[in-house]
Amino acid sequence: MTVRPSAVPTIERVRRWRTGQLGITEWLALGVAALALAPIAYLVWRALEGGQQSLAALQHPRTATLVLRSVVLAAVVALSSVLLALPLAWLTERVAVPGRRLWATLLALPLAVPSYLMAYAVVALLGPRGALAGLVERLFGVERLPELYGFWGAWLTLTLVTYPYSYLPLRAAFARFDTALEDAARTLGTPSPFVFWRVTLPLLRPALMTGVLLSALYTLADFGAIAILRYPTLTFSIYNQYRLSFDRSAAAALALLLVGLSTLLVLAERYWRHRAVLYRATGVPRPAVRRPLDARSWPLLLLAGGVLVLGLGLPFGVAGYWLVRALAIGETLPPVWDALRNSLSVGVLAAVLTVALAFPVARAAARGRAAVARMLDIPLWIAYGLPGIVMALALVSLSVQALPWLYQTLPLLLLGYALRFLPEAAGTLRSVLSQQNPRWEEAARTLGRRPWRVWLEVQLPLAFPGVVSALVLVFLTTVKELPVTLLLSPIGFTTLATAVWGATTDAFWSHAAVPALVLLLVGVVPMGLLSWWQERRGRARGV
Amino acid sequence: MRRRDLLRLGGFSLVAAPLIVACGGSSATPTPATVSPVETPTAAPAAPTATAGTTPAATPVSTPAAATRGGTLTIYSGRSKSLIGPLLDRIGQELGLDVRVRYGDTAELATAILEEGDRSPADLFFGQDAGALGALAKEGRLAPLPGELLERVPEPYRSRQGLWVGISGRVRTVVYNTERVRPEEIPASIVDFAGNERWRDRLGWAPTNGSFQAFVTALRRLRGDDAARAWLEGIKALNARVFPNNASIVQATIAGEIEAGFVNHYYLMRERAQAGRPLPAENFFYRNGDPGGLVNVAGVGILASSRATDLALQFVDYLLSEAAQRYFSEQTFEYPLLEGVPAHPDLPPLAELNPPPLDLSDLDDLKGTLAMLQEVGLL
Repeated sequence: MTVRPSAVPTIERVRRWRTGQLGITEWLALGVAALALAPIAYLVWRALEGGQQSLAALQHPRTATLVLRSVVLAAVVALSSVLLALPLAWLTERVAVPGRRLWATLLALPLAVPSYLMAYAVVALLGPRGALAGLVERLFGVERLPELYGFWGAWLTLTLVTYPYSYLPLRAAFARFDTALEDAARTLGTPSPFVFWRVTLPLLRPALMTGVLLSALYTLADFGAIAILRYPTLTFSIYNQYRLSFDRSAAAALALLLVGLSTLLVLAERYWRHRAVLYRATGVPRPAVRRPLDARSWPLLLLAGGVLVLGLGLPFGVAGYWLVRALAIGETLPPVWDALRNSLSVGVLAAVLTVALAFPVARAAARGRAAVARMLDIPLWIAYGLPGIVMALALVSLSVQALPWLYQTLPLLLLGYALRFLPEAAGTLRSVLSQQNPRWEEAARTLGRRPWRVWLEVQLPLAFPGVVSALVLVFLTTVKELPVTLLLSPIGFTTLATAVWGATTDAFWSHAAVPALVLLLVGVVPMGLLSWWQERRGRARGV
Repeated sequence: MRRRDLLRLGGFSLVAAPLIVACGGSSATPTPATVSPVETPTAAPAAPTATAGTTPAATPVSTPAAATRGGTLTIYSGRSKSLIGPLLDRIGQELGLDVRVRYGDTAELATAILEEGDRSPADLFFGQDAGALGALAKEGRLAPLPGELLERVPEPYRSRQGLWVGISGRVRTVVYNTERVRPEEIPASIVDFAGNERWRDRLGWAPTNGSFQAFVTALRRLRGDDAARAWLEGIKALNARVFPNNASIVQATIAGEIEAGFVNHYYLMRERAQAGRPLPAENFFYRNGDPGGLVNVAGVGILASSRATDLALQFVDYLLSEAAQRYFSEQTFEYPLLEGVPAHPDLPPLAELNPPPLDLSDLDDLKGTLAMLQEVGLL
């Protein structure tokens, strides 16, 4: 909505203007897209090769149960994430809360908390021998809390880590929101609750759908939290079947099923979006007037406080508790430097590689010929819904059988991260590139710059904000990523994530303490600085 | 249309993008110069002597710590890092070897070796149970070990064909919470847990664990496939809780989260040693020849595809030395298999255990057991 059609030529027009041979960028883009699809192609081949075995795995009655579990959990988590995020976004954007920017920043931070850490934190608080159980037993003599393990634990954990996926787009939508529309509805006599339902909510619909999609995809692909909370979903079963089976075609078939579910979700969201009526404001949108904190918004502030305590305070608290307890009994803690260095290195390298691969894709999608852009669309959407575990499994098998020189090497791990986060990076870059005026490049060309200098001196600087944001995004997600790291790391290569995972599955809590704290800091600190900076920039612009 | 489309692709990233832009990540991402190699270089050998024999496999290694200079040994360990990591590191240092260890579940690493085939990077496989070792032996993945090494271990605890050798012994036990379970409540045979409503929602097990899988293989050999499958289904029907490993079963039992679990004997002892106080849990040993009292070994085999056989032999030699065997006795509370190294005083002597009549070399049908666990829906 910020892009005015009169100021920037439409992409369609640019495409019509370009004819002739495919450019280097377009070839590169198609190559990267093919690479992104290679793991799936391999799985298809493996599943087909399995024939009877694959079919048996798909027809096994347990498969239906697992699919049902995955789907129900994803749906419920997505719904509760959005329901939680909506009031929080409204509160921090529309209400003059004291310390509003701080609240807004903090509420985004659980995004940087890995699901497996959150799961342990939830168990430590609500589990059968958790803090609450102890308290309840002392106060009321109740010995057992309702069972946490299973659906409810998984639901709570995943809601706490995925609500930011709705909260961030919703806040952005509220910030762009033209309140004149609501005012118009009110002057026409619509009562306030109806204004919300009929005007506000439909306008937020794209943001709501983004949130639903991302939370659901996250839940479908999640591996750590559901393993800890013992709610075996399709993803967990794929992991076990793959690891513990002499015939891996069954795992390949199940993995394809999971890919199918994710792709379906992505396509459904896209379909409904296209059918949605998008309201466009003409003229200058009127910035919202923040309402004072009143009796109606107070409970929401309490809710926000509660979410922060659970989503941010709890994981830090539990990791801190592990540390204090370990120090108290005088345990020697293994050094964390290697893991930290490894995490930071792969994070940075993966970010650079991913963005380098994503750049031609984004460029071709934004500026390439329509046919190429369409061809890129499908693989990117599929890759977007591809769970990390599926990607990792395919790469392990593929490299063992076809590319032994890549097997268990750092480049393969980096490739795994790159393919995993390519769609996100490409999406970020694409949105920035598509907002650039192609006339600037044309001007540079007519002024005699060679194409590579145009790229270096015009395109790249213009795309810089997008490049940086994509880099940081990939870095943050790489550092906390678990399944790809577990399956593709070279022998003996420990990252913060695998150090935490290894120590906790061995029930060696004291050894998990330091890496867990460092891992939280590595994610939360940059994320916090950036969103704080964004909040301040918002003020400078008067938004 | 297209623009709207592409704006959406980024999803979160689009939203996060402006957040993250232009801060440049400078404060956010400390950038180390390079990725450093994983392994920390091991200390130089104390007394470098001549390299051990050049002919692999058949050459018995006689002296412990016949150190070579350098050399890399890759171990696939189905035993957890927290249990034996310190030992493996120490041996690597003493032998002057650069030891790289891939930790995982025993069956996971065995299947990985099978998939990797001749190109497997593994030199040595350290399995949690004889079954996985047998499965690798059956597929022709293991090289014969020299008799001198094999003979250090009593006959029941090594491969009939000399393809693997036991390093430490362990017994299957039922760990139970002493505040909630009286020992006489425990069925006289592990088979009788199935279908016993007393234990509904109160049992814990770890179907992904190698020792458990070896027990299932033993049950199949002793009672037949149908009985084994019925047992698995029966326990599953009691809503037994699935844990990732023995250690977490024991912890949950101590905490009273579950009342009993199927484990190896030493995890409880480790917990006791760490807690430094009496814990409300006890091991129940089946001493009536029941499948529940299976005595198994953790053992090693050298990969036929290994190009560092001599280093692997040195390593095995060390594992069967008195120093390493004492580690198993004192640190992990397992049964040392080397003659003359005493077991932990809290343990019943190995000779008095009366395990079910079974040759460990016959536990090699891991493939069938995994398939059964999958059929039952436990994996």
